[in-house]
Amino acid sequence: MFAAENGLKGDPRLQAISDAIRVVPHFPKQGIMFQDITTLLLDHKAFQHTIDIFVDRYRDMDISVIAGVEARGFMFGPSIALAIGAKFVPLRKPKKLPGGEVIAEAYELEYGTDCLEMHVGAIPPGERVIVIDDLVATGGTLSAAIRLLERVGAEVVECACVIGLREVKGQRRLNGKPLYILVEPREIDGCC
Amino acid sequence: MSAYRDKDPRIHGIQSRIRVVPNFPKSGIMFQDITTLLLDPKAFKDTVDLFVERYRGKNISVVAGIEARGFIFGPAIALEIGAKFVPLRKPKKLPGKVISEEYELEYGRDCLEMHLGAVEPGDRALVVDDLIATGGTLCAAMKLLERVGADVVECACVIELPDLKGREQLNGKPLYVLVESH
Repeated sequence: MFAAENGLKGDPRLQAISDAIRVVPHFPKQGIMFQDITTLLLDHKAFQHTIDIFVDRYRDMDISVIAGVEARGFMFGPSIALAIGAKFVPLRKPKKLPGGEVIAEAYELEYGTDCLEMHVGAIPPGERVIVIDDLVATGGTLSAAIRLLERVGAEVVECACVIGLREVKGQRRLNGKPLYILVEPREIDGCC
Repeated sequence: MSAYRDKDPRIHGIQSRIRVVPNFPKSGIMFQDITTLLLDPKAFKDTVDLFVERYRGKNISVVAGIEARGFIFGPAIALEIGAKFVPLRKPKKLPGKVISEEYELEYGRDCLEMHLGAVEPGDRALVVDDLIATGGTLCAAMKLLERVGADVVECACVIELPDLKGREQLNGKPLYVLVESH
């Protein structure tokens, strides 16, 4: 669900966050209007608002783990974890996590498959987890993240993203898990 | 300069949470794994606090973090000190116009990229990564920032491997680390 429908309607911080996101047409390929959050990270106030909104939401929900999807989930997740006193667990591309004990979950790309990995033992069973990434499109990556976490017995409380694309509009859940999204994609006029 | 040598009481907890993984990614390398540090909220907070205490009030306008573990520490520092966060990324990840800097690996070369326009001339910058080994990546990062006219004030890492002498590769720029591993 979008933050504006869930208690933050008219909150000026959401507009500031949306305004700080840059659209890059035709990246990584023709037809894709890429939502670039690096400009949000350059806007200290808007970046702080982003973190604050997630922190305010999750602070009293007894969350013990923030799991961030590589790599842009790493830019938001740790600050949220630090503010609420939770652990941060990175969900990584293959072969990045050291030590023998990782579990992997494959997911579909438009062409081919990719894979997300997590350290076994990072999360004891029963812990309450929020998954964070910058953007949710088809939900493929987030679904893989949910499956990884559930395989170790963690409880995925919600998936949190800064931006949610059209495909998820109207969907309140992903794999049965709630989705919490701050803004819709920016559009630019007069393009393509 | 290192907090390790300054013996800040928080250092012991931070160092004890870093896991050494032998023979990763290949035989002979003792990999310094910071993911266990991130599982200890107090030690992780102490890590960020030590950097924030050092850089707050020093007019730092940019924190540049190196993909991907620099992204775990850099933004939190940037937010606390009121700076921009700029990700320095592997090739083809950044969507806009970029500048690139190549650097040497043990076998072959790699490349770091930064968005044009993210950093402006006169910006006072920190470069953040989890670890400095040979200094090759940090050096490439500093070059990217200097090419757009920023002033690199210091490089900041959680861990230094002093035996690899990366500190000497930084063209005289200061390096601040929290822990050393021999």
